[in-house]
Amino acid sequence: MAETVLSNAPLPEAEQPPERPQHFWVKAGLFLIRRREASIIIIAIALTVYFGLVTNFVTRENLPIISAYVAADAIVATGEVFVLISGEIDLSVGAVAAFAPFIMYFLTQDGVPLLPSIIVALLVCAGIGLLNGTVTVLLKVPSLITTLGTQFLISGITLIISSGEPIPTPSFGSVNNFLGAANYVEFIWAIAVVIVFQIVLSFTRWGLHTVAAGGNLLGASEAGVAVNRIKIANFVLVSVLGGLAGMLEVFRVGSIDPLANGDGGTYLMFAAVAGAVIGGTSLVGGSGTVVGALLGCLTLSLVQDGLILLGVNANTFDVVLGIAILLAMIANIAITRWRESGK
Amino acid sequence: MAETTTPDVLRAEHIVKRYGPVTALRDITIHLQKGEILGLIGDNGAGKSTLIKILTGFIPPTGGTIFINGEEVTLRSVTHAHLLGIETVYQDLALVNQLSVYHNMFLNREQIRGPFLNNRKMRQQAREQLDQIGVQIPSIETEVGRLSGGQRQAIAIARAVSTRAKILLLDEPLAAMGAKEGALILGLLRKLQESGEISIIMIAHNYAQVLESCDRVNLLQHGAITLDKPVPETSLEELNELVMREYRLGSAHNSASQ
Repeated sequence: MAETVLSNAPLPEAEQPPERPQHFWVKAGLFLIRRREASIIIIAIALTVYFGLVTNFVTRENLPIISAYVAADAIVATGEVFVLISGEIDLSVGAVAAFAPFIMYFLTQDGVPLLPSIIVALLVCAGIGLLNGTVTVLLKVPSLITTLGTQFLISGITLIISSGEPIPTPSFGSVNNFLGAANYVEFIWAIAVVIVFQIVLSFTRWGLHTVAAGGNLLGASEAGVAVNRIKIANFVLVSVLGGLAGMLEVFRVGSIDPLANGDGGTYLMFAAVAGAVIGGTSLVGGSGTVVGALLGCLTLSLVQDGLILLGVNANTFDVVLGIAILLAMIANIAITRWRESGK
Repeated sequence: MAETTTPDVLRAEHIVKRYGPVTALRDITIHLQKGEILGLIGDNGAGKSTLIKILTGFIPPTGGTIFINGEEVTLRSVTHAHLLGIETVYQDLALVNQLSVYHNMFLNREQIRGPFLNNRKMRQQAREQLDQIGVQIPSIETEVGRLSGGQRQAIAIARAVSTRAKILLLDEPLAAMGAKEGALILGLLRKLQESGEISIIMIAHNYAQVLESCDRVNLLQHGAITLDKPVPETSLEELNELVMREYRLGSAHNSASQ
């Protein structure tokens, strides 16, 4: 009986243990490329130092602004990470974020207490996620198209029920503070969401099956993984988190605006996807982290806030941001390809 | 090989599969004895993969009956087939490159502690299972995408047998593999067979490897079994001749119909 010693088989070059000791900087460089979170932290620090030197960036007035920019993006990005890892994308989440506060508002106007109103609004969001997921998975419409459709649909409904006019956020006393009106509160919500869902992603079957569905859809289903259910669950998750972010935003800003977050939430959605991708989530599925997405959103917000403080014209600003995001996406695809081929 | 009195662990009778107007399997009757390695050969499109997918509960047959240990069963799903002791290693191996060796080995059978994955337990068990059948890999933590073809195949087979599967269906386990790695996989299969509890159906393209490693061989042509012989009673020449005849008839038929 021959011994089945597979490690005797010839291995690709990269798997052989490194013979000669690598230079410290080479190792550090490789680590940074492998651990996207590490490289993105360095970029964030560099941006902070730069803007700190040339503007009054790190001040008591400015920090709450940056934290507010990050918060909503990071909450939505958390859900988007799950959807992206499972190999799909949700473009409708911004519209959901603009829509949810109106449901809450109309319910409270009809005398429903605040908490049930919020819960009902989140359930409606879950229903939209269910619709996105079901159409995508069962009717096999690419999610890019499904959610582009629901994005327009939901935006339209929001404009109808709001008559296109913003309304002031109703006051519920100190509850408003808890829901985002006070400084840093929305940011704390975001951190909590990020921590909880990073744990879900790393340490539960839900997370593992999300990676499996995006990494090898056919293989995962052959192994018996309920890939359709996982994808639908992730669409529900991103919608609910979108609704949550939308509601926290109206308490922070003080008005419920159908055109909030860039023409019915498209900017929020775009920033969340970009943040996730900058933070290392693969656009083709199979890998990514929630913490990385938070750091990606932080980086985007630093650039955004820094450019505003530098006095850059708003139109120029969009151009700069667009180029930055495009470069991040190109790098994402290139690095994924490099990882897959070169290992 | 043993007498025909050995009980069949798996028996499929008059299996038919149609996709709309297309008939993939016409009338298949196939049986697998305990402890046996059955080689299933046939040209591309003969229906080998369709048959395997039916036997593993991935797709339902249009007609026919399946017996496991003499009892009639309807395979409702892959999970149901798992419960009955049928495990499949597909050609694509159903491995997720981005996940570690041990997460792959426990995919959809994860050990959990409360709501969380019990990674320590899975690592330990995966290591034991690989040691048991003599598979060596650099580390249990390695992402599967970084392993060689033979190692990946071995992980997939180890995963299948780790579930105490009784019937192993292998879809071209030796495809796209060097001679050395192929020999190692064949050695692994022999070792599993010697344990006595596992019966294997193996799809293969390489007839020489089938004759070398299998006890019996079935030839599948145009959705039907056209040959069923113990390996000692057939030869490379006979198998080649049967397949070549199919080609000649096929081309004669084609030119006649034009």
